[in-house]
Parts: sequence; C-alpha cells; structure tokens
Amino acid sequence: MTNVCLYFQVHQPFRLQKYTLFDIGKHSRYFDEQKNKEVMQKIARKCYLPANHIIRDLIAKHDDFKATYSITGTAIEQFEKYAPNVLRSFQELAQTGAVEFLAETSHHSLSFLFNREEFDYQVREHQKLVKKYFSQKPKIFRNTELIYNNELAQHTEKMGFKGILAEGWDGVLGWRSPNYVYTPAGTRKMKLLLKNYRLSDDVAFRFSNKSWNSWPLTADKYAGWIAPILGDSINLFMDYETFGEHQWEDTGIFNFLKHLPAALKKHNISFQHPSELLKTEAKDTLDIPHTISWADVERDTSAWLGNKMQQSASARLYQLRGSVLASGDKELIESWRKLTTSDHFYYMCTKWFNDGDVHKYFNPHDTPYEGYITFMNVLQDIALKQKPGLLASIAHYIKEVTV
Amino acid sequence: MSKLKVLMFGWEFPPFKSGGLGTACYGLTKGLARHGVDITFVMPAVPDGAHARFVKLVGADSVKIRKIDSPLVAYMTPASYEEWHATGKRRHVYGRDIFEEVQRYAARAAKIAREEKHDIIHAHDWMTYLAGINAKKASKKPLVVHLHATEFDRTGGNPDPRISHIEWLGMKEADRIITNSNYSKQNIIKHYKIRPDKIDVVHWGIDDVQTHHFETPLKKDKIVLFLGRITLQKGPDYFIEVAKKVLDYEPHTTFVIVGDGDMLPRIINRAAELGISNKVIFTGALSEQDVQKAFQAADLYVMPSVSEPFGLVALESLKNGTPILISKHSGVSEVLKHALKADFWDINEMTNKIVSVLRHPPLREELKKNGMHEVQKFTLDEPAKKVIHTYHHVREVHA
Repeated sequence: MTNVCLYFQVHQPFRLQKYTLFDIGKHSRYFDEQKNKEVMQKIARKCYLPANHIIRDLIAKHDDFKATYSITGTAIEQFEKYAPNVLRSFQELAQTGAVEFLAETSHHSLSFLFNREEFDYQVREHQKLVKKYFSQKPKIFRNTELIYNNELAQHTEKMGFKGILAEGWDGVLGWRSPNYVYTPAGTRKMKLLLKNYRLSDDVAFRFSNKSWNSWPLTADKYAGWIAPILGDSINLFMDYETFGEHQWEDTGIFNFLKHLPAALKKHNISFQHPSELLKTEAKDTLDIPHTISWADVERDTSAWLGNKMQQSASARLYQLRGSVLASGDKELIESWRKLTTSDHFYYMCTKWFNDGDVHKYFNPHDTPYEGYITFMNVLQDIALKQKPGLLASIAHYIKEVTV
Repeated sequence: MSKLKVLMFGWEFPPFKSGGLGTACYGLTKGLARHGVDITFVMPAVPDGAHARFVKLVGADSVKIRKIDSPLVAYMTPASYEEWHATGKRRHVYGRDIFEEVQRYAARAAKIAREEKHDIIHAHDWMTYLAGINAKKASKKPLVVHLHATEFDRTGGNPDPRISHIEWLGMKEADRIITNSNYSKQNIIKHYKIRPDKIDVVHWGIDDVQTHHFETPLKKDKIVLFLGRITLQKGPDYFIEVAKKVLDYEPHTTFVIVGDGDMLPRIINRAAELGISNKVIFTGALSEQDVQKAFQAADLYVMPSVSEPFGLVALESLKNGTPILISKHSGVSEVLKHALKADFWDINEMTNKIVSVLRHPPLREELKKNGMHEVQKFTLDEPAKKVIHTYHHVREVHA
C-alpha cells in the first residue's frame, strides 16, 4: 500500500528566430515572437486549458485528489503575453488548496552546472514569481530536467529547501526502490524524492504506442499495477505537455487522467503532495556524486552538453555573464537570461539526429548546426554590445590610475 | 538461376572522366559485379586510352569493355565538339557535329547488341539513349535509361532542344527509367511529362575503399573549396560572389577552385573585378590523388549547384573528412543530415554558414565527425540492389 504523488513540469522556452551574420550589430530582435506566440497558443488550446479543466474537476469531485506543478518563469512570461487565461486557470487551481508549486530556476537553465551566483539568482527570481502568482513559498526544489547530484542537494539545503526531486534511476539506486524517501549524501535533513520512471514513462512516453504490449493503457489497469507496490510514495513525474501535446487527445490521454483517481480509490490509494513526504523518515542515504538527469537512456546531461557545439555555446554564454550584468542594461540582461534556457542547447543535440529519430520536441531550427550558428551569432551581437562599455570602463580605469 | 547479363552504354569511365558520371558508372558496375551481374560496358573513347587499367580496377572479369571509336567524352556540348573537330586531331572520318556522332554511336550499338548476349540494356545519359533504343530494336530486350543529369540541369533551364528531345525520346522508349534522387524525379516529371510510376529513384553510394590520409601542409589561411566542372550547372559564379562576402568578414581565408570548364575565364575575371584575385586559387582539373589532397586541406567544401540530380562529390568530401555546404537544389541534400544546406542563390545565407564554420571550430568538428559517420551508409551495395530490382521488374513485365 502506498500513495501517489502526481507532479507536472510546465515549461516553454523563448525560441530564437534565425539570426545571421548580417544581423549582428544591426538589431537585437533575437526571439521569434510570432512562433513563440503560435506555439504557446496551440499548446494552451491542446493541453494547458483542457488539462487544467480536468484537474479542477477532479479536485472538486475527490477530496483526496492533489496535484503538484512547477511552472518555469519563461512559461509564466509567455502566459502573460500570449495566453493570460492559462495563467488565470493555474491561479484558480492554486486557490483550491489542493495544488502545490515547486521551486526551480526561473529560466529553466543549466546554471547550476556553470555559475552558482546565476543559479541562486534564478531560483530566487522563480520563488518571487510563485509568491506573486500563486501565493506559495515552495519548500521543495526541482532542477531543470531533473539534473541532480550531491552538490545540488547540499547547495539547495543551504538555500533553505527541505526536499528535492531526482530521477529514480537504477544506475544510482542499485537494489533500492524509488518508492521510498531518501537523504542525499552530505545533507543534514534534506529529503530526496525519486521519480518512478517506469510508471511515469508508461504514461508520458508509451501511452499511445500501439506496439507496446500493455496498449491500450486504462486507468484501471494502471491502478492495478500500482496497488501491490510497497513504499512511501509512487512518484509520477512528467511534463504537463504529455496531456494533449505529446500524447494527443485522440489517444484517450485525457480520459485516462479523468478516471485515474477513481481507479486508484478502488485500491484505497490516494494522493499526496511532495511536502507531505518531508515528515517521512528516510530509508537510507543516497550518494550521487555524478550528475544525472531524467533524459534518455543515459540519464546524463549529454542531450544538452554532449557535443562540442553545445559545450562551446554554453561556455561562451556564461563567459559573457559578467560583462552583461555589468552593463546594467535590463533588456540585454533579460535576453541573456533567456539564452540560458536549456532548450537552446537541446536543439544543438546531434545524438538522435544520427539514428534518424525525430526530435522528441519541436525544434525551431532545421538542424542542430543551424541552431548553433544562430545561437553563436546572437552571442556575438551581445558581446559586441559589451565592447563600448568595456572600453569605456577601461578608459575610465586608465584615467583614474594616471591621474 | 543464370547470371543476369547487362549491355551497358556509357560515355566515360575512370580514369578517363571529366565528372561524376564516370565515378558513378564505375561504382555502379562494381556494385553490380559484386552481386553477380555480368556487364558489357560499351563506351566511346578517343582512341589512345589504356583501358586495360579499368578491368584491373574493377577486379572482376564479369565486366568487359567495348569501345566504339569516337571522340565523345562526357559533358561535350555541340560547341565543344566543333572546337575539337576543328583541331584536326581526328584520325578517322567523324561526323561534323556531336549529333552525327551520337548517331554513329547509335548505329554501332545495334551491331554490338546482336553480337553480345544480354538480358537487359542499360543506357547512361542522353548521348547513349539512341544507342540504347537501337540496341533494343536489334535484340528486343528491355531498355533501362538512366538519368544522371538532364539538359535542364546542365543549362540552368535553357535546354538545347535537340538534346532535350533525345532525352525525352530515350525515356519514352525505355521500359523503365532510373534517376538519382526524388529531386531529379520531380524535375523529369515536370519537364518531360513522364509518368511518375515509370521512374525509380536510386541514390548513389560511394566506394568503400579506405581514403589515404595526406599530411596537410601548414597553412596560414582557412581554405574553402569549390570542386567540379566550372560550368553554369555547378554555380561557380555564386561561389565567387560568396567568396567576396566571406572575405569582408574573415579576411584570412583562401578560396580554392578545382576544375575546368567553359565558365573558367569568366570566373577568373570576376575574381579580379571583385579585387580578390590574391585570395582565390585556380588549380584546373586535378588527378584523383590531388583531389583527395585538396579535400583534406580544405576546412569546408561548398557545392553551390544550380541543379544537381545527385552530387556524388559531396560524399567524397565527407569521406575525406571535410564538412560540406551543399545546394538545396541537389539530390544528395535529400539524403544527408550532417551537412549545411542553403539555396545556391542565397549569397547571404551561404556567407552566414561559411563564416560560422570558419569562426567556430566546434561546428566544423561536429560536422566532420558526424558527416564521416553518416557517409558510411552510402555504400555501392544499396544502389546495386535497387538497380537489380529494376532489372527484375522490367524482365517480368517484358516477359
């Protein structure tokens, strides 16, 4: 017997428009407003609005139903700009008291791996947004793409978080079960909640796969799988876009969601929030020195940082941070932050490109190479803007020294 | 099952070749021979070649070469034939123009078709189509015509009607048509109104012999390479305009133009007009070994073709570890993922991509690594299997 923790990640990036050599130094319209608006409005229609509607109904119908979200700052900004009704519907969910919000980086960035100051800043920014829109103060942190290691747990504990999420991957769990609460190595009281990736991926990835031997997946069948499992919590973590976007409506994904609470109730299984698990005593300490994530079979960071283009683009981006911040130019700083969003590096991934697999997500660039070319051109424009400022400050410095 | 015997009409074969067609015919016959197909390869030849080398190259006695004494070489145009005719090099009585020559070749073909045992006739490009048609009349065997390039590709859409007529006739009389890409198939349907279901697409492969690695000399400049015939079809005029733009941003770049052709003087003049003569090197046509050296010394190979039914040279570049920027108007661009692509007329976009490769070594390294991996997929086996499939198909229908 156990409970279920249903957690959804909500994120949209600010995609770049094609930005060529000839745009450098001429203009700074890096982002494709039209495309970002279209994608947001399409996903709002296909996923966010209908899914929120179902969640609201489920909350009204079942006393024990609970859901958890983390919504990135870039998604919130796009809701405000392009789909304010989505933001309102999330706020309505927040008001029911049956929804918990988690903390993450405001820009869905890989900043923890590159720059701690930036990471801290983005986490604080995100907390402000959650406070402002949903009136909550998150106790639990989830990092971009469930990127995780001991150091992150230690660092976020110092920031005041009580719990953190990670992928319940066999590679780090060994014989242990992902359905219990653990303590991250090197932390005092931190709680580690692990994604049950098999059950999560049954919904997120396999749901519509007709060659899967468990297809079609019904809520009753799924509840039957969960019922005999022992543990503190079955953590079902997935992208919210699973509902209606990755799995289309005609696959029956919304019906599945609708019927899940009733199906679980037949087995006396109910829902809980991550923060409720903080009281649970940890079964063991988990030592995860190497960085893991929830992506691909490798569960590493290679989808974003695996090739030389991704490495050089990210290195260059964080190299520019100091001078960008020093410029004091708010618009420029915000543009730079939007470039820290992990999706930009994902678009440069050549891993799946090799096998002829289609990218799992919409890629605004024709190829990873074009993604890189545009990104580097944008960085060049940003770097160019620093030059006058930098020269001025050097001139200023020289003057002070010589006087 | 007895061996399939093919009577093949071509017009060039290594080492006597001036373009990709010879390489393609070589690769195809080699692949077919591996799959147990017997080939008699008929070709016109200026009669002082040492063709014994070829048999050794293929290494299979299932391929046999028949020559017809003729000056025809690939990519000869009516004008260049006249020029050749005027040199007085001819030893026999040849036709006064290229069309008479094609007719003469065709007349000989019927005789050969009666002498050589075969199940299928396979003719490569327009100069051999009349030969193919005559052979078919003589032996009553099915005819496959192979389009490597149409007159529309070669002339950028201003065909010599005498040539396009022969192309049309060949396709009409053929039992089946093979072409190198979906891009080319669409062009054939558009220009010649041929039924789509009569056309098979066979993408080219490349020989899997190991590439020799040459020491790249120390170089001060980055090198951007053009390699192909200097003709309208290959877009050298776009290349030279791009060179000028790239130099505005990356002055430490040298542009190397390998190849020969009727547009060479114009391109040399244009380089001078643009004031970039010191940054452009014209090598003329090179030996195969020097071509490999050129690829390996280059940082990027650019193929700005106006219309390229396939573009085998792009695969050769990748095999040599040189990343490529290829025209979207090419067959090879529909099968390669690890390549930069642009419209040949989009000077700015080509410049954007070339400058990025020159500025960002990681881009070049990723393109190189993934491109070398991807090119291994393009073997001689796949096209051979597909062509054999076409052979069986026409035999069944013909029987």
